[in-house]
Amino acid sequence: MDLTFNAEERAFEKEVRDFIAANLTPEMKRATALTPSVFSDPDIGMAWQRALHRKGWGAPGWPVDHGGPDWTPAQRWIFEAECARAGVPNVNVMGVKMVGPVIIGFGSPEQKNFYLPRILSGEDYWCQGYSEPGSGSDLASLKTRAVRDGDDYIINGTKIWTTHAHHANRMFALVRTNETERQQDGISFILIDMKTTGITTRPILTIGGDHEVNQVFFDDVRVPVANRVGEEGKGWTYGKYLLEFERGAGIASAKLRDALKTISDLAESEVTGRAIDDPDIAMRMSEIEVDIDTLEMTELRVLSALQTGQNPGAVSSLLKLRNSEIRQAVTRLGVDVIGNDGLYVEPVRPLYRLNETPGIPEELLPVVPEYLNGRAYTIFGGSSEIQRDIVAKMVLGL
Amino acid sequence: MDLTLSDEQRLLRESADRFVSETYTADHRRKIAGDPLGFSTNIWKQFADLGWLALPISEAHGGLGGGAIEIGILMEAFGRGLVSEPYLSTVVIGASLISECGTEAQKQDLLPKIADGSLVLAFAHSERQARFDLAKVATSAKKTPDGWRLDGHKTAVLDGSAAGQIIVSARNDDGKLGLFLVPRGAAGLTSRDFPRLGGGRACNLDLSGVQLPADALLGDGSDALPAIEAAVDRAMAALGAEAVGIMQTLLDQTLEYTKIRKQFGRPLSANQVIRHRLADMAMQCDEARSMALRAALMADAEPVARSRAASGAKAKIGRCARFVAEQSVQLHGAMGVTEELDIGSYFKRLLAFDTLFGGSAHHYRRHAALGGRAIQA
Repeated sequence: MDLTFNAEERAFEKEVRDFIAANLTPEMKRATALTPSVFSDPDIGMAWQRALHRKGWGAPGWPVDHGGPDWTPAQRWIFEAECARAGVPNVNVMGVKMVGPVIIGFGSPEQKNFYLPRILSGEDYWCQGYSEPGSGSDLASLKTRAVRDGDDYIINGTKIWTTHAHHANRMFALVRTNETERQQDGISFILIDMKTTGITTRPILTIGGDHEVNQVFFDDVRVPVANRVGEEGKGWTYGKYLLEFERGAGIASAKLRDALKTISDLAESEVTGRAIDDPDIAMRMSEIEVDIDTLEMTELRVLSALQTGQNPGAVSSLLKLRNSEIRQAVTRLGVDVIGNDGLYVEPVRPLYRLNETPGIPEELLPVVPEYLNGRAYTIFGGSSEIQRDIVAKMVLGL
Repeated sequence: MDLTLSDEQRLLRESADRFVSETYTADHRRKIAGDPLGFSTNIWKQFADLGWLALPISEAHGGLGGGAIEIGILMEAFGRGLVSEPYLSTVVIGASLISECGTEAQKQDLLPKIADGSLVLAFAHSERQARFDLAKVATSAKKTPDGWRLDGHKTAVLDGSAAGQIIVSARNDDGKLGLFLVPRGAAGLTSRDFPRLGGGRACNLDLSGVQLPADALLGDGSDALPAIEAAVDRAMAALGAEAVGIMQTLLDQTLEYTKIRKQFGRPLSANQVIRHRLADMAMQCDEARSMALRAALMADAEPVARSRAASGAKAKIGRCARFVAEQSVQLHGAMGVTEELDIGSYFKRLLAFDTLFGGSAHHYRRHAALGGRAIQA
């Protein structure tokens, strides 16, 4: 056993570092640091996606015949860790990490040929249509209907918490194509062009002051049957496959470490009156650092199992739980570190396009919004309560 | 980067698991609890035959040249059975101190005796006023014409009464820490022996004018604090692995109990509040496993990284252990607080784990201080 990377992997690490140094502009870096929501705005995120695509790194997790870079699990780890350390923008996760793997796994040849290159190049921007006003944790109760009419489905209903629906030109959605005894069996997975007549989008502002999520309404929206992925009634299986990716595939510890470093740097600076000299702050800093070490080690254990072709088991729920809780602990510490400056409210978004000099140092602006937005970490992608249900069932066999 | 077990490590785990599950029954534990030694010399002999006592000792000194990973594999199995043999004192700490500090002659003399099972060691370092600060030692070592004279008091000396030699830390006239080999029964050495929380035995020592020959000092007289820190860091990594074995056993037994025990016409495990508690216990067991492995992997790293990993692991596993232990008792209901189940024995061993070498708060502070964040107590 050993924790170190071999010479080949270290050479790859250097290649990633060099690539980032050459392609991450100061503007991108600043915009990312000043983005308090989960996702970067598309102008920033897609610029980075295009740079990655030029290098052939547009979709790290995809198989090589669909344009993936054919990396080992260790290379993916190194890539994610270096990206987090450098503070690169978030790319369109809903495209690359969510719908992409589903299309690769279950889509038709035509769907693969059409959609996958457009995700890689950044031509398409995707959003996810899962939750509904009446179907949150109980996702399988969803009611948005897709009724067959010749070669089309006619869709009626509404989706909610749709991240970046106001930026997206495409949505992948779970819709009800059948009333079945087991409600999971009546769900299909469908790809929707957001410009189709009958789709309207309503913004939802969240408590951090950001417009990230939306409600999307479908009023007799006509979608070709050819846009359905896989079989009718199998959408739940495909959707769950994707959720496993959403929960587990992210290598989260590197990002958490970067977020803690940001707070730690603030705490050691005169800007916060050296908050680190408060023993409670210093102690919590160590507690969180140890929690990140723990999560990192668990991720490395999973990685090592994957490298040797073993099944890591039902750990994605464990990783999601800890990642979200640690993220919240970091942002909570951030608010305590900046003290009175946390009272300052800056309503303008995005923060990186602020025209006037703010009333507090710029780097403090995202701290409170990050804490407020961060409350969603234990809610989206299956709430912590649902994750504990899954652990009880899948890990403990209850 | 590879965290999978080698074939040899897998075999070691299998043989340790098998040995412990066959030998360390509840009956055996009850019998040994009343034993004045606190463990079985027959089993210690078997440890030697299995090669376990030679594990971390270098091949040049009759050992197998293994490391913290192999120790961790054994300790996790020991945790499952609440093994009370003086493995930590003799093999993990004792052999580490001798290997780091001893002269070549001392290594040639002592290490093979550890490996073949003929020498049991104890480490007498803690003192009442020091709490868990490894640098605070008031016991004195005065140079005499023939050698050394030791005076002082030591607390919580694990396996002290069983040891043929006790490694005693003491401060000499020029302020350096030295490690001295004190034979059992030395004149001026008084031992107050007691059963230890969670199994095994320990003692408090009074040293009053204990006369030692010059070669009782381990090594060449340079300050022993770095070696003590290294040995204690390795001990904490090993104890972390042992705690993982204990926690996993508690989780397994509690899970089983909540499936069988029925109230209001259904098993306890049908209630979401119970299921979520068990999910948290499973999660904390897994976190402890990650941190014990991390501390073992860093056991030979440079001192700051090694100590931060060891303290981080001790702090984190300590918290997880308290949670899993307390919830195991809670979910067993009134049965959990009786001596009729094994739960209480495992609970007490975890409490002892959390205390040994300092609890979570102490180690979060050490972790912070080593990371450049000084915390005033």
